[in-house]
Amino acid sequence: MTVTDFLSLAPLIIIAIAPVVIMIVISVTRNYKVVYGFSILSFLTAFASIFFIVPAIPHSIEPLFVIDIYSLFFLGIIIFSALLVTLLSYDYIKQLDGVREEYYIILFTSTLGASLLAVANHFILFFLGIETLSISLYILIAFQRSKDSSIEAGIKYLILASVSSAFLLFGMALIYTALGTMQFNGIVSALGESGQLSPLVISGFAMIMVGIGFKLALVPFHMWTPDVYQGAPAPVTAYIATVSKGAVMAVLIRFFFNIRGFDNRSLLIVISGIAILSMFIGNLLAIRQKNIKRLLAYSSIANMGYLIIILLTGTNKGIQASVFYLISYIITTIGAFGVITLLSTCKYEAEKIEDYKGLFWKRPWVAIVFTLSLLSLAGIPLTAGFVAKFYLIFEGMKAGLMVLIISMIINSVIGLYYYLRVITAMFSPANETELPAISLTGNITLCLITISILILGVYPGWLIDIIMKFVNL
Amino acid sequence: MILVYLIAILLTGAFLAWIAGIWSPLWSRIISIVSLSIDLILILTIVSQPVLPGNKWIVDINLEWIPQFGISMHLALDGLSLLLLILTFFLGIISVIISWKEINSKVGFFHFNLLLILAGIIGVFLSLDLFLFYFFWELMLVPMYFLIGIWGHENRTAASNKFFLYTQASGLLMFISILALYFVHGHSTGSYTFDYIQLLGTKMSKSTGLIIMSGFLAAFLVKLPVVPLHNWLPDAHTEAPTAGSLILAALLLKTGAYGLLRFIVPLFPSAAVTFAPIGMLLGVIGILYGAKLAFAQTDFKRLVAYTSVSHMGFVILGVFSFNEIAYQGVVMQMIAHGISTGALFILVGQLYERIHTRDLNRMGGLWEKAPVMGAMGLIFSMASLGLPGLGNFIAELLILIGAFKASILMSCLACLGLIAATIYSLRIVQKVFLGNKNYDWDINDLNVREKIVTALLVIVIVGLGLFPKPVFNIARPALLKTLDEQREKSFQDQGISKNENPEKNISFFQISKLYFKH
Repeated sequence: MTVTDFLSLAPLIIIAIAPVVIMIVISVTRNYKVVYGFSILSFLTAFASIFFIVPAIPHSIEPLFVIDIYSLFFLGIIIFSALLVTLLSYDYIKQLDGVREEYYIILFTSTLGASLLAVANHFILFFLGIETLSISLYILIAFQRSKDSSIEAGIKYLILASVSSAFLLFGMALIYTALGTMQFNGIVSALGESGQLSPLVISGFAMIMVGIGFKLALVPFHMWTPDVYQGAPAPVTAYIATVSKGAVMAVLIRFFFNIRGFDNRSLLIVISGIAILSMFIGNLLAIRQKNIKRLLAYSSIANMGYLIIILLTGTNKGIQASVFYLISYIITTIGAFGVITLLSTCKYEAEKIEDYKGLFWKRPWVAIVFTLSLLSLAGIPLTAGFVAKFYLIFEGMKAGLMVLIISMIINSVIGLYYYLRVITAMFSPANETELPAISLTGNITLCLITISILILGVYPGWLIDIIMKFVNL
Repeated sequence: MILVYLIAILLTGAFLAWIAGIWSPLWSRIISIVSLSIDLILILTIVSQPVLPGNKWIVDINLEWIPQFGISMHLALDGLSLLLLILTFFLGIISVIISWKEINSKVGFFHFNLLLILAGIIGVFLSLDLFLFYFFWELMLVPMYFLIGIWGHENRTAASNKFFLYTQASGLLMFISILALYFVHGHSTGSYTFDYIQLLGTKMSKSTGLIIMSGFLAAFLVKLPVVPLHNWLPDAHTEAPTAGSLILAALLLKTGAYGLLRFIVPLFPSAAVTFAPIGMLLGVIGILYGAKLAFAQTDFKRLVAYTSVSHMGFVILGVFSFNEIAYQGVVMQMIAHGISTGALFILVGQLYERIHTRDLNRMGGLWEKAPVMGAMGLIFSMASLGLPGLGNFIAELLILIGAFKASILMSCLACLGLIAATIYSLRIVQKVFLGNKNYDWDINDLNVREKIVTALLVIVIVGLGLFPKPVFNIARPALLKTLDEQREKSFQDQGISKNENPEKNISFFQISKLYFKH
C-alpha cells in the first residue's frame, strides 16, 4: 500500500485506532469522563479528516476499496451520526453498574464496520463490514446484562442476523460461481458479456436482497425490529436505526447501481413489492403500538420502504434524493431516540406513550424537540422530513413510479395518525412522574438536532446544492 | 418587501408572545395585538396607495428559495388577497381580545399558535409559488391542531385528530397534483418551475387537466367544506376554543374558497368548466343539507358550525358560475360570512363563559337578563339569514343572480337555502334569547370589552351591507383578470374564438345601481 492509500483511509484508520487506545487506557485506569471525551474527540477527528482527503479522491485500492465522493459522503453521515449517538449516551451509560467504558469501544468497532460498507467495492469487504457491524451490535444490544429484555433482544438479533449473513454469503458465493468476480464493477461487465441472467445469478441476487432486507428491516424480513428496538438500550436503538441502516443503504445503493439492477424487470417488481409491503405493514402495525420504541421501529420499517423506491429510479438524481432523505431521517431519528434516551435511566426506560403524557408542560424544551422530530418523520412543513419526502416524491414522479408514490402518500396519512397520538399525549394534562435531569451534552445535542431539522426544513437549498454537486455514482 | 415583513412580523410576534408568556400572560396578549395591529396598519397603507391600472398585482416580490427545483419565494398581492388580508388581521385582533378571559392556561403558547396560524393563512393568501403555497397550506394545520387539542372542549382530541387527518390527506393529494402540473409544464416547455404565473399557460389534454385538477379540488373542497367532505368541520368547530372556532370559520374556510378562485379557475380553465355542473350541484346540496342539519342541532355551537357548511355552499355555487357578478358575490360572501359567523361563535363563547353549556334546550329567555347580548344575537342571526342592509344579503343576492345566468335550476334551488336560513336563524333567536325560561340563569350582560368587540363587528357587517362599493372596487380588477384568463384559455382549448361567446356580460354596475336605488 502506498502513502496515498493510507491517507485516503484516514477516517477508518482513526476509528480503528481509537478503540485500541481506549482499551489501553482502561487497562491502566477506568475513568468514564476521559474515555467519553476521547471518544468524542476521535469521532470529531475522523469526521474532520474526511475533508482533508477530498483532494486525493477518487482513489481506489484494488480490489477492495473505492474512495470516491459518494463513499466520503456516506462516511461523513455515518461518523456524524455515531458522534451524535455518543453525545447522547453520556448519562444513560454512566448510570450503568459495572463496565461502562467498553460501550465506547464497541461503538467504535461497529462504526468501523459501518464505515467499511461505505467504501466497499467488493463482496469480501461488504461481508466483512456487515459482520463487524453486526457482531458489535449484538454486544451493544445486550449491553445491559442485568436486564432480561436486553439479553433477549441481543439473542434475537444474533440469531436472525446470523441467518441473514448466511443468506448474504451464499448469495455472494452463487454470484461468484456464475460470474467469477466479486468486485461490484466487475459483476456488471461480467453480466454484460453474458447478456442474459442465468438462474444462478438471479438466485444470488435474491439471496443478497434477503440479507440486505434483514439489515434494513424491510418486510418480510422485519420481524426482529420491534423486539430489538424495544429491548436494546435507547442510544443503541438510535444507533441501529441510523448508523447501521445508513451504512447498509450506502452499500445497497452502490451495489444496485453498479450491477444496473434497475434494468432487470423481475428485480424491479420484487423491490416495488417489498417497498409497498414495508410501507403498509410498517405503518399499519405501528398504529396500535403503546410502546414508543416499538412504534418507532415500525415507523422505521415504513421509512425504509419509502427510501428503497429510489433504487427503482435508476438515476443519479434518485441517489441524491435518497441521500437527502437519509440525512433527514437520521437527524430526525436521532432526535426522537435522543429524547427517549435522555428521559430514560438505566432503571426505567421511558418507552410507553403514557410516560410522555404532559411532557410539554413539564419539560417544554424536550417536548418541542420530540414533537419536531415526529412531525419531521410525518413530513410536515418547516421540518427536514417535509423537504426530504418532497424530494423523494419528486424524483419518484419524474421516474413515473406512480403506484409507489401513491402508496407513499396513503402511508404518509396513516403515519401521521400514530405520530399524532404521541404528540397528543405530550400535550395532554400532566401526570405526576419524576423525570431525570438532562445533562449539558444532552441539551447541546438536542439543540443541534432541532436547528438542523428546522434549517433543512426551511432553507434546504445549500445542502441540496452540495449533494447535487458531489453525490454521483 | 412589505409582504415578507407581514409574515415576518407575525412570526416574530409569535415567538415573542410565547417567551413573554413564561413571565406574564398579559404581555403575551399585548405582543400579539401589537404585531397584528402593525400588520393591519401596513396593509391599510397599501389600500390607500393608488393602484396602477392594468397591473393585476399591487405588490409583487420574487425571491430565490430552492432554485434547484424551480421553487421561489414568490409573494404577490392583488385586490382579492388584499381584502382577505385585511379580514385576517382584523379578526386576528378580535380573536386575541375574545380570548382575554377565556384562555388562562398556557397563554404564551396559545398566542404562539394563534399567530402562527395567522402567518400560515396570510402566506396562503399571498403565495404565487405552488410549492410555497403548499408549504403555508400545511403550516396552518399544526398550530390549529394544537389550538383545538389543548384548549378545546371535552372531545378535543378526537376532533383535532379528525381535523388534521382530513386536511392533511386532502392536502397531500393536492401536493401530488402540484407536482404533476410541474412535470406537465416542464415537459411541454422545458422550464421546470413552481411559479404560478408561468404555470398559468400550461397546455394539457382535457383528461390530464381533469385528473390534476381533482387533486387541487380535493384539498379545497375539504377545506371549504363541501358536503360529502364536511365531516371534520362540526367537530372541529364545536370543540375548538372560541378564538379557534372564529379562525376556523372566518379564515381557514376562506383559504379553500380562495384556492378555488386563485388556482382552480385560472389554472384549469376548461377542466373547471367541465366540472362546473357538478360543482354547482355540490354547492346547492351543501346549502340545503347544511341548513337542514343546522336546524336539527341542539348544540348551539354545532348549529353555527353547520350554518358555515350552508353558507360555503353559496361560495362554490358562485365560483362555478364563471361571471363577474357571482364572483363579486363570492368575495363578499367570504368577508361577510367571516364576520357574521365569527360573531355568532363569539356570542356562543360569551354565553358559554356565563352558563357553561351549549345546549339549546337549557337556554331560553335570556333577553331579559342580557338585553345587549340578545340584540347582538339578533343582529348576527339576521345577517346569517340574509337580511337586506347587512353584508350577507348582498353576497348571497349577487351569487344567486350570477348563478341564475349559469344555471336557472341551480339558482332556484339555492334560493330555497335562503328560506332554510331564515328558519334556523330565527330558531337561534327563539331558543336562546326569547321563549320560555328553561333554567333560571343568573348572568351578567356583556362587559365593556365584549361590547367593543361585538360593536366593531356590527359596524363592519352593517357597513358592508350599506356601502359595499369599496369592496367591489378593490376586488374587481383581480376578478376580471381571473375571468378573462379563464375565458380566453377555455375558448382556446375548445377552438372557439372569443367573439363567438354567446353570453353577454351584463354590466355589474348596472345591477348594483339598481339595487341601491331601491
